[in-house]
Amino acid sequence: MYWESMSDFLHMGGYGLYVWVSFGITFASMAVEIYMLRSRRLSNEASNEKIKGLL
Amino acid sequence: MNLFKYASPQTFYPLAGKLILWFAIGAAILILVGLYIGLLVAPTDFQQGDSYRIIYIHVPAAWFSMFLYVVMAGYAIMGLTFNAKLAYMMAKSIAPTGAMFTFVALITGAFWGKPTWGAWWVWDARLTSELILLFLYIGYMSLQAAIDDTRRSDRASAILAIVGVINVPIIYFSVKWWNTLHQGSSINTSGSSMAAIMLQAMLIVAIGFWLYSTAVILTRVRREIEERARNTAWVNETKE
Repeated sequence: MYWESMSDFLHMGGYGLYVWVSFGITFASMAVEIYMLRSRRLSNEASNEKIKGLL
Repeated sequence: MNLFKYASPQTFYPLAGKLILWFAIGAAILILVGLYIGLLVAPTDFQQGDSYRIIYIHVPAAWFSMFLYVVMAGYAIMGLTFNAKLAYMMAKSIAPTGAMFTFVALITGAFWGKPTWGAWWVWDARLTSELILLFLYIGYMSLQAAIDDTRRSDRASAILAIVGVINVPIIYFSVKWWNTLHQGSSINTSGSSMAAIMLQAMLIVAIGFWLYSTAVILTRVRREIEERARNTAWVNETKE
């Protein structure tokens, strides 16, 4: 483990804001993508149950 | 065993359904392990301090923004050559994930550029060509959405995807061809300029992003198959 303490880790040598915002935006973007695919699945399921028969 | 049978949406749909979960689990594990090593175990950089840790997502995201574009163009070529519906659906399903990684590469680059260069953005060759990549993805998706007839929208957007692929080597070699503010490659054919542990963490995250992309893209292809099958079913019902 490289860090001395939790606050040391969060502080990131003074670059905490830049590092954590970068990571936050990355995971938020991935979460949005997954959420959009989930809504698409729900809307597909709701609008047509017959698809199972076709495939 | 006939591998070509997987080129049909009917066989591909259940197969993809089985694989997605495994890709997703693998992605979650590798991204967590890679970031654990990168954020908690790896030491700080003697030049850039801890701001360098943005590299663990910035570089893998930038790699996949380019790689996914090339794969998308590859499927576009397959679609046009063999008139393969599944290839068109793959190309269409790759675009949003590619655009997402391009956006992430640009944003994390800005948050790295500010403390390192003192600027969120500069119009150097690397950043500008990466921004053009984002516009290419957006252009591809807009064109796909603008044409109602699926066959025509598939073909028109495939041509755009193929023409735009010229931008990928420009992004990749921009740091060599021009005098950019953006630093050169950390990894190239002659080896790596990074410490072993940093490189390992970054590669683990990159493999995680690869599995993530695969899981998300296969899921999107399934949605696409469902929607296209529904449209066909609707057409058949009206004929009756």
